[in-house]
Amino acid sequence: MKFDLFVLPFTLGVIFLLGYLGYKYATWFRGLNKSDRSKVISGFFSVRLFRAVNEIIMESLLHRNIFRRNRLLGFMHMSLAFGWFLLIAIGNLESRVYEPTSMNLPYVPIFFKFFNANPDAFPLHRVFSFTMDLLLLLVLGGVALAFLKRFFSKAYGMKRTTRLMLGDRLALTTLWLIFPLRLLAESFTSAVYGGGDFLTGTFGSFLGSFLPAANLYYPAWWAYSLSLGVFFLALPFSRYMHIPTEVVLILSRHFGLAEHAERTPFTEVEINSCSRCGVCLDACQLSFAGGVQNIQSTYQLKSIRYNSIQPTESFGCNMCGRCDNVCPVGIDISGIRMITRNELNGKVPDVSFAEQSMPHAHKSDVIYFAGCMTHQTPSIKKAMVSLLETAGVNYWFMDEWGGLCCGRPMMLAGHKAQADIMIEKNRKLIIESGARILVTSCPICYKVFAKEYNLNIRVMHHTQYLLELAESHKIRPGHLAGNAVYHDPCELSRDIKVYEEPRKLLGKMVQVKSNEFEKDNALCCGNSLANLSADNDIRRKVTEDAYIKMNASGSQYLVTSCPMCKKAFEKVADVEVKDIAELVVRSMQKSRSPVKASGLKVAHPVEVIAG
Amino acid sequence: MLDTSNRTEEIMKSVAIIGGGVAGMEAAARLSKCGHAVTIIERNEQLGGRLNQWHALFPARKPALPLLMSLKQGISDGVNVIINAHITGIEKNEDGFAIMLNKNRVVTANTLLLTTGFDIFEAERKEEYGYGIYDNVITSVDLEQVFRSGKPIQTAGGKTPKRIGFVHCVGSRDEKAGNLHCSKVCCVTAVKQAIEVKEMLPSSEVFLYYMDLRMFGRHFEELYKEAQFKHSIQFIRARLSEAFENPDGSLQIRIEDTLLAKPLKMSLDMLVLMVGIQPPKKAGNILDMLKLERDTDGFVLQEDQYVSPFKTKIPGLYCAGGVTGPKTIEETLTEARAVAAEISEYLGRRRINYAGQEQYVMEL
Amino acid sequence: MINFGYKIQADRQVDYDAGNHRIFDFVRKSEPSIDWCMSCGTCASACTASASTEYSLCRLILNARRGMEDEILKSVYRCRFCGKCINACPRGVNTRNIVYLMQLAVTKISKHEI
Repeated sequence: MKFDLFVLPFTLGVIFLLGYLGYKYATWFRGLNKSDRSKVISGFFSVRLFRAVNEIIMESLLHRNIFRRNRLLGFMHMSLAFGWFLLIAIGNLESRVYEPTSMNLPYVPIFFKFFNANPDAFPLHRVFSFTMDLLLLLVLGGVALAFLKRFFSKAYGMKRTTRLMLGDRLALTTLWLIFPLRLLAESFTSAVYGGGDFLTGTFGSFLGSFLPAANLYYPAWWAYSLSLGVFFLALPFSRYMHIPTEVVLILSRHFGLAEHAERTPFTEVEINSCSRCGVCLDACQLSFAGGVQNIQSTYQLKSIRYNSIQPTESFGCNMCGRCDNVCPVGIDISGIRMITRNELNGKVPDVSFAEQSMPHAHKSDVIYFAGCMTHQTPSIKKAMVSLLETAGVNYWFMDEWGGLCCGRPMMLAGHKAQADIMIEKNRKLIIESGARILVTSCPICYKVFAKEYNLNIRVMHHTQYLLELAESHKIRPGHLAGNAVYHDPCELSRDIKVYEEPRKLLGKMVQVKSNEFEKDNALCCGNSLANLSADNDIRRKVTEDAYIKMNASGSQYLVTSCPMCKKAFEKVADVEVKDIAELVVRSMQKSRSPVKASGLKVAHPVEVIAG
Repeated sequence: MLDTSNRTEEIMKSVAIIGGGVAGMEAAARLSKCGHAVTIIERNEQLGGRLNQWHALFPARKPALPLLMSLKQGISDGVNVIINAHITGIEKNEDGFAIMLNKNRVVTANTLLLTTGFDIFEAERKEEYGYGIYDNVITSVDLEQVFRSGKPIQTAGGKTPKRIGFVHCVGSRDEKAGNLHCSKVCCVTAVKQAIEVKEMLPSSEVFLYYMDLRMFGRHFEELYKEAQFKHSIQFIRARLSEAFENPDGSLQIRIEDTLLAKPLKMSLDMLVLMVGIQPPKKAGNILDMLKLERDTDGFVLQEDQYVSPFKTKIPGLYCAGGVTGPKTIEETLTEARAVAAEISEYLGRRRINYAGQEQYVMEL
Repeated sequence: MINFGYKIQADRQVDYDAGNHRIFDFVRKSEPSIDWCMSCGTCASACTASASTEYSLCRLILNARRGMEDEILKSVYRCRFCGKCINACPRGVNTRNIVYLMQLAVTKISKHEI
């Protein structure tokens, strides 16, 4: 049996790691609820497994998603992950080909060159040692890139790189050391015993020319084994836990698991799958425009993992979903944030909304729900009412006098239980009215109506409804001069993807100018309700930056479909900011008689300022 | 003071005044009387500025017209007036200023007085109040025009309003509207207009929604009391968040009655927005031509609020009236007289220096 | 007890000295804009909750200033976080954060952390 004492650190490390992971994953599995558990079990025996394996190869090994977003960063991850994987796989193959009969303990392929310093007479040995050298070079390249990234992150097109925890530092250092040490160990061995290919052979003879290789090769193998052992020991407590856990995440996701309202083992899997690659940092408007650097998703997940989450970290986020959109691992970051907010609030005293007086339901075909914010932009409200009247819709203006809230802001503030009480009350009213369609002007309301209310009727944002009215010729939008930039409100983009209807409707009236920051890449207006901490200064910086990026200056209009976004952009815009409904009304007025002029209003005061 | 017996045509000093409103006209009259050659440069067709829009003036509710007439009378003799003037450029030279106007005209003057006034807050910007959206929401300026027209007060639907509400601080004391400052004149104007409305429509109910009632001036408090005991005008300490429109065009408001500490809702036939005073935007290009610094509130920065309130960083350039902040007409007139005296003194000293030492000594 | 037809009322004055100002202090530490409030009541007039529940941010802030913890407890959880107040406030007070921090302070008090 091939054995040497130096293999112990590595072997013990591996045993510890496998034991720990086995225990951890088993605990998570046991913690799943019944239906999730059966999803996992049946998933293993279905075609979903193959899809999952395919994704594991594409993402965990090849890092396709990171590669798509950032070539250099993707190559770094790929060379480390895929290179290392191949080193292990081909190393195993090599040792099996070399000794097909003897017992092949797991450490043998890892330290193959030590036990078989100059393996002549074994078939294909030239091919194997060339391949192994090539792979080692690939991984070393990855390590070099990682090293550079830590100190020159700008070169990677990344403005920021993640901050390190102490446990991470240990794992990171040993990870960086593993492959250089392997190179040293194999090179020294080759200097003494020959063997080795273009990399280890050449480097070995170079080192041997001025160093006592015979004295150094054995300590080098020790150092290599030690660094591996320490890395495996530190892995579960560092961010490198993401390496094995991402595999679990991909499997669970393919088996149909998702975030619930409360924390589940799936949440733990997601939290532990974050590699802290930092892609989310650069997507965050609060970071690049608002100057806030402590709330970003990767920090948030880290704090949750180490139980050190502070309220501001959680509540100071716009929840625009831009990070969800770019996360290469596909973690449901917003879902986790919602869970965290609820956990941080804990159970609150029961001052329910039971005493809240509600309006009486009116029988109608359509319910119009303006939303709280729309009451502060009466132009949108009035436009909608006049369009509904023009179209001859039998509608009930449910929150005509305000006082009703859809519940989403409460959910965003981490009060799901109270939100549910309100939702139930509203839901009853909606059902009582007998309406078939619920139309709202507020994307925030739209999302919660569509996702949480379980209504058996159509829920539509007014952009969708107005398009339908226009296409059935119940309203006839006219043509307006000029062009417009359309801003996708967060609550209508990414997660829900209402992209085509507003553009189609807008296209009937004006020329729509597209820009880089739209649809999935849309920017938050800065006024987000999800953010409790940000002050006006931060909000304004985000708004200004977004306005500049959308490049709306020079167009006739900046059009949006959210009262919050409208209010935000109005403060900074040098073009007219309109809700789509207002524009429809304007286009119809242009093509008909002018608006009824007020009886009292006088012409605007003459400007009496000189100049 | 100036020794007029020494004056000759050659050394008669000139003053150009940009803006022919209350401050500009009053200063022009005084300077002209002191023997200076005064030119008023006015953008509009007629002189008078904001006074043209006003029916009666607080606190005594004197009609605005006689004051306007008297101001015009003051400049009728010897003051050059250029109307419909658009300034295309201003140059500062050794002798003073050269002001380029449209139609290739140039006005040169030893000193320049800026009395370009203020802007009025655009009520549309406070969208939640519904100006330009709801038919029965008007501004205080609109209401004053109704008073001037002599027509009856009517809603958009042509009815006589039974309930009228006045909202204070529209665009003033409001960071969201970009104006943190108090516009000073709206509180008392609201009281004045409320009384006028009550006099025209004695059976109507009038409500004023205020944050603070700033009755700072002489006889203001008396006017406030008159509104209460003579006209039963109701004062509610509240600030409106948004207005709703009823199907019949009347309005519904919900406010927090902060003294009662309870929300209060009421319907109104008409809502008057007390629009505030804000720093000049339209006249901003003139300030930019002169590279005049703005204060934190956006009005022109005075050299020193106490010692030299009319001076700017540029020697020979003076500012007075609404361009340096919200002011009552009374205060504006006082400033106009004071700045006239100061300019006179400046020009007079220059003359003596010129004659005595044959060189310009610019006073800083 | 003999009923004399009247009873002695508890002192109804706000006892500023007996009040506890820890909630106000806690909020102010992370949200200084609570100091900017001038009690104009715009937030309460915009409030979606105020029409139907006993809730007013304007009063909450005053209660916190005066150290009236019981009053805060009665209504601080009634906010719906709809955000109209933050748009309405003429002083730029970060209203929702104040409510949130007051709630946090109440939680912390119950845990004896402040």
